[in-house]
Amino acid sequence: MLKYIGKRLLYMVLTLWVIVTVTFFLMRAAPGSPFSGEKELPPAIQANLEAYYGLDKSLFMQYVDYLISVVKWDFGPSLKYKGQSVNDLISEGFPVSFALGMEAIFLALALGVLLGAVAALRHNKWQDYTAMIIAVLGISVPSFIMASGLQYVLAIKWSVLPVARWESFAHTILPALALASTPMAFIARLTRSSMLEVIGNDYIKTAKSKGLNSTEITVRHTIRNAMMPVVSYMGPLISAILTGSFVIEKIFGIPGLGMHFVTSITNRDYSVIMGVTVFFSVLLLVSILLVDIAYSLIDPRIKLADKKGE
Amino acid sequence: MENILEVNDLKVSFNTFAGEVQAVRGVNFHVKKGETLAIVGESGSGKSVTTQSIMRLIPMPPGEIKGGEILFEGTDLAQKSDKQMEKVRGKDIAMIFQDPMTSLNPTMKIGRQIMESMIKHRKIAKTDAKKRAIELLDLVGIPKPEQRVDQYPHEFSGGMRQRAMIAVALASDPKLLIADEPTTALDVTIQAQILELLKDIQKKTNTSIIFITHDLGVVANVADRVAVMYGGKIVETGSVDEVFYNPQHPYTWGLLASMPSLDAEEGELQAIPGSPPDLTNPPKGDAFAARNSYAMKVDFEMEPPMFKVSDTHYAATWLLHEDAPKVEPPAVVQKRIEHFKEKAGER
Repeated sequence: MLKYIGKRLLYMVLTLWVIVTVTFFLMRAAPGSPFSGEKELPPAIQANLEAYYGLDKSLFMQYVDYLISVVKWDFGPSLKYKGQSVNDLISEGFPVSFALGMEAIFLALALGVLLGAVAALRHNKWQDYTAMIIAVLGISVPSFIMASGLQYVLAIKWSVLPVARWESFAHTILPALALASTPMAFIARLTRSSMLEVIGNDYIKTAKSKGLNSTEITVRHTIRNAMMPVVSYMGPLISAILTGSFVIEKIFGIPGLGMHFVTSITNRDYSVIMGVTVFFSVLLLVSILLVDIAYSLIDPRIKLADKKGE
Repeated sequence: MENILEVNDLKVSFNTFAGEVQAVRGVNFHVKKGETLAIVGESGSGKSVTTQSIMRLIPMPPGEIKGGEILFEGTDLAQKSDKQMEKVRGKDIAMIFQDPMTSLNPTMKIGRQIMESMIKHRKIAKTDAKKRAIELLDLVGIPKPEQRVDQYPHEFSGGMRQRAMIAVALASDPKLLIADEPTTALDVTIQAQILELLKDIQKKTNTSIIFITHDLGVVANVADRVAVMYGGKIVETGSVDEVFYNPQHPYTWGLLASMPSLDAEEGELQAIPGSPPDLTNPPKGDAFAARNSYAMKVDFEMEPPMFKVSDTHYAATWLLHEDAPKVEPPAVVQKRIEHFKEKAGER
């Protein structure tokens, strides 16, 4: 197990290097620079700025410098936000995005599995149809419409929850709901179809023949075997949600990480683009590793050990 | 000996888009304490539906028990609610399924799968249940049960899984064990071991067994009595000796003739011509008439009653009517019977 994780970490470093390289050169291939704006800067100032940020060196030297700083986990100063480093931006934004994301993931997982399980157990009855209508709505209604709808009904009409900002737990509920609605619907559909498949299995009949009631059968025999597709969906979902959704953060005025993803690109803020990309990649790679470990915990037939070693 | 199970005129149907499929059409049989009844028949004859109805495991809907009684120790299981049935399943009646590769939960340890019904029905502590699970694994002939109890099904071979499945079924000392083709998915040497094991367990625990199979070779090995099913009905029933040495129904003849045998002289494998009847629209007379070269006019028009051959041997064929012409079983079957007798003599 430890050997396996070590090996995976090695691969992760390799993947990360590819990502850094590709992003670095792609970003530079795009026209424009962080200092190009409506007003031309005097050439002397421009040259000074470039020298200050190391942009006057050859592209290859810049790349080497950047690789070294990534290894030191130092993403350098932001080119647009004066006096702030990329590390500052991430350490300010990420905790907010993390809290919001965890809440949304928890909601999506709990409600999604519940909805999917009810739909599967009451297959082709009204509960199934209701759950699937909710799921189709969740998938097809974009999150910004969901967000505005929630704000309108719960915050403005009934005024039970605050409209926006990031201050107390009550402030987190609406954005978390809006962020969770699509993944929840997705998880509900995955759970339903996978549970229907498991219910048809012989071992469920065996469980019934032991005299277990339907709750015991579902909890002990069905759910666990039906969770695999949901777990594989969780990997990319976790990193996408944790790094924040730009739209939701914008609508609710939340100072998360999502904003930097979008604004850094239009700003040509090279160091921020690279920083958030590397950060996102690390998150994605770690959550995929966690998913693979979760697989082997759920299904004993999946072995993490190296095949050749056996 | 008293009857532990008595099935009277059981009728089971499935409501499908094509109409009502009458899978079981008035079946009568009984099982005595400590004996083994084999139910034999081809695919679609209703043998599995009959036994799954006893445990009420058929999905309802589309399945439906249309009539009849299932008397288990005198109480009618057909009338019980699902909640009441949970107290019977696994505790009084347990089942072994055909395919050990799919009938064990792949993500649960073998030990826990055995313990489940004990904890549910016997209300014993987990540690005691585990001890008992190890004893059961030992009883069904699994080596190193202390280690095996903590393993998962994929770490077991096919034969070992079926042994584990038998341990699951035996967990709460059931009074009746239903084995639904337990050896069909296994290779021949393992088959013989599993049959030996079941016989052995019956000797030790005095459980009654209903053994479903389409393989007459297996029947001769394990059963005390045989019921031959065809088209949702029992067409012949009797002790193993009676059915093997003195078969009466042409369908039983067909089954006997189609047994593959290593030491039979005839080179060709005999098959029963035609296909089983459509049970959405069951035939009027004897369901087997269309495939029966001995069929008479009456066979197509009236259902034969159960004619008595001896106190324990009955068959539903008009050939046993006093007005029917005297018909001998075909030569192949007669040869087979001679062969069985010789073999029995050797033993």
